[in-house]
Amino acid sequence: MTPLAGIVAVVAVSAVTIGIGAFGLRISRTTGDFYVASRTVGPVANASAISGEYLSAASFLGVAGLVLTRGVDSLWYPVGWTAGYLVLLVFVAAPLRRSGAYTLPDFAQLRVESRHARSVASVLVVLIGVIYLVPQFQGAGLTLRSLTGAPPWVGEVTVALVVLLIVASGGMRSITLVQAFQYWLKLAALLVPVCFLLVAWRRDQVPSAGRLDVADWVEPLGGAHGLYLTYSLILATFLGTMGLPHVVVRFYTNRDGRSARRTTVAVLGLLSCFYLLPPVYGVLGRVYAFDLVRSGRGDSVVLELPSRVLGGSAGDLLTAVLGAGAFAAFLSTSSGLVVSIGGVVSQDLLSRRLDGVTAFRVASSAGALATLGLTLASSGLAVAHAVELAFTVAASTFCPLLLLGIWWRRLTAAGAVAGLVVGGGLSTTAVLLTMFGAGLSGGPGTVVAQPALVTVPLAFLVMVTVSLATSPPPQVSRTMVRLHTPEHLALDRGSYHPERRGEEPARRRH
Amino acid sequence: MRLRWGRDLGTEADRTTFRTLHTASLATPALRAGLTAGSAERAVRHLRSLLGAPAIALTDAGELLAWDGRFSHHAPQTVALARPVVADGATTVRPRRDIACQDQRCSLRQVVVTPLTVEERVVGTLQVFTPVASAGLVRAADEVARWVSGQLELAELDASRTRLMEAEVRALRAQISPHFVYNSLTAIASFVRTDPERARELLLEFADFTRYSFRRHGEFTTLAEELGSIEQYLVLEKARFGDRLDVTLRIAPEVLPVVVPFLSLQPLVENAIRHGLEGKTGPGRVSIAAADNDFEAVITVEDDGLGEDPDRVRRALAGDAGTDSVGLGNVDARLRSAFGDDYGLVVETAPGAGTKVTVRVPKYAPGVHE
Repeated sequence: MTPLAGIVAVVAVSAVTIGIGAFGLRISRTTGDFYVASRTVGPVANASAISGEYLSAASFLGVAGLVLTRGVDSLWYPVGWTAGYLVLLVFVAAPLRRSGAYTLPDFAQLRVESRHARSVASVLVVLIGVIYLVPQFQGAGLTLRSLTGAPPWVGEVTVALVVLLIVASGGMRSITLVQAFQYWLKLAALLVPVCFLLVAWRRDQVPSAGRLDVADWVEPLGGAHGLYLTYSLILATFLGTMGLPHVVVRFYTNRDGRSARRTTVAVLGLLSCFYLLPPVYGVLGRVYAFDLVRSGRGDSVVLELPSRVLGGSAGDLLTAVLGAGAFAAFLSTSSGLVVSIGGVVSQDLLSRRLDGVTAFRVASSAGALATLGLTLASSGLAVAHAVELAFTVAASTFCPLLLLGIWWRRLTAAGAVAGLVVGGGLSTTAVLLTMFGAGLSGGPGTVVAQPALVTVPLAFLVMVTVSLATSPPPQVSRTMVRLHTPEHLALDRGSYHPERRGEEPARRRH
Repeated sequence: MRLRWGRDLGTEADRTTFRTLHTASLATPALRAGLTAGSAERAVRHLRSLLGAPAIALTDAGELLAWDGRFSHHAPQTVALARPVVADGATTVRPRRDIACQDQRCSLRQVVVTPLTVEERVVGTLQVFTPVASAGLVRAADEVARWVSGQLELAELDASRTRLMEAEVRALRAQISPHFVYNSLTAIASFVRTDPERARELLLEFADFTRYSFRRHGEFTTLAEELGSIEQYLVLEKARFGDRLDVTLRIAPEVLPVVVPFLSLQPLVENAIRHGLEGKTGPGRVSIAAADNDFEAVITVEDDGLGEDPDRVRRALAGDAGTDSVGLGNVDARLRSAFGDDYGLVVETAPGAGTKVTVRVPKYAPGVHE
């Protein structure tokens, strides 16, 4: 194929994203048509923005690749990534919004009233962010290779540079409308080509014997330790979503706890629609691009399909559309993550040495470059699996913190820190072993490849045990009242009393 | 400078001084909260190790607040011991018969009772129980009591500063300027005949605006609510000035939930309108913007008026009441007390160059919520 269309698409997407980031959406209005109340971000716009930032390389490319190679078991990935919002909806969304926390470290500090807990949470945000970023960069490498034939590192370096540019130019500051548009762009970029592909499939009547009706592809719980792997995956994805730093900050935009819930319901709907599409690509790949399974390039199936099914300029055009969508996916997720990492690091770790803006730029650049290094050094897991590892770390750390913090008043600072350290330490070790291909086999290998079923209960256990042995923070009753009472009830939520400042939780120092 | 344990930390005397200062610093935070049972409980242990006495007690003018050390059966006697000292304010050493007890093992024979004073007033006593009240111990008890008194005075200062700030907020609330009320009502009156519908709407806006400003509860509100009130204020000002006032608002919806001090932006807008139109014949422009900057919101209020002498602004920010900038110093102080000193007002101005006031507000600050 001619790489021109693909290159044009990628360059256009990058340029548009940088442009929007740099210049922002400048909407000026005079008093005549200015009504503050009507300008709050509504649940649907907010949900689109959350989905736009959430749907990453793993969803756009990875799911289809895994369906192609591993079969029906990998359907748990899209199911889990959607159902994570169900858990978020039921247990976390409204209390988290009512708490007034912007980031996860904010929540840790306000619930257990400890600066140590805040610092540990900050380190974990950086860890999860970097682990999540690696597959995004990797996906960009794959995309550029499929579009132009360039080696993977070209794409990885390119996306790192573009993200750096976006962040350093001060842009992409979570503008809701831009992020919301990203969701519809990604949806369209998958939906339009798949229509053409399905029509072509109907027309071609390609024989699929020996490809779609293979027992270990269509039957669940296949392979060694299938049951453990599946349940571990379910646990990681169901519980990991609530601990993703770039998702949580978006809930702050909601007006109150109620609209946070509505937003989450809308996200469930939007994601359910989107995730219908990648498995279709996986199945079509089974028919048209079976050789990718053997060559271990399953992740590029989405991009390869148009040229194989349709060929010619129609194929090139659709590949360009898919490439643009994929690149949009990397850029929005990556810059969201880099901004989160930069914000947390500059606020909590660098603010004493550098001023705000410099600290933010230094921190986000360091984050992006560290990730690039890690990406180039890592052994190239399947993109979806690599993303799921970030979910594992989130599920083993922030999930217990949020669930226990919101629903159990006995949680203490010591308990939270111990749980975060144990859950984070174990899961990160396992993730790094997997990423760099430690080559363990048998039982231990399985646990290391999919550690959630061990680390999540362990983190809960440590958090509960240590909490029971220590005493809860002094203002816990106040905090609980704030988390759980709807905003329209007029009651004392513990408004700020400067005269009792000595008893307030440790104040942020700069 | 090199620091190595046991070598460069000075002589034995130096180290004793360091230890003493450190022990005193441990008691400081508790005492800075004022003299209460809770604070005395937390401070008394450190005071005892400072004095090296077997037992000490802290009382206020009429009650025992905290006891630390052995032989606590003497604790009930402290109130009687305190009374004469509170009355005449002099340190006294009381002999054995004043602290009689039946316990054979009890070694306490004497007690030094020293007054704690705040602004010349005796607020309590420090009582040191000891086998022998040497002249050195009496002196030490006196010095410690004086130091504690100093801390209590600072606490008093903190409390009165807080009360002052609260009073200022209350004053600011009542400070919808009489001019504004008069001008608004006149402007509304002028519409009553020509455009009754508009007059009615303006009256309702006026009612809503006053209801918000006179609100009693809560020191904080959301940016959305504060902007809503500013919107009503602007409608009223536009009714008065007509085309002379040109207002632009650019608000990022993402920052509307941010929590800000109650009535912290309205004074800035009032200043901007005043400065933007004063001494000018042509129209004045005022623009209000709120932008999202990751973990903080940046709010700017800008006018293209005559500007001001930076020195005057500096004085207004320092709390000089002589300047005519309404509440600028008050807003600045409240922002700093809520979010820390990094979050004060930034005013850019010069004569003839307009004025731009920038407020940064963190999206989350511990202890600050609606």
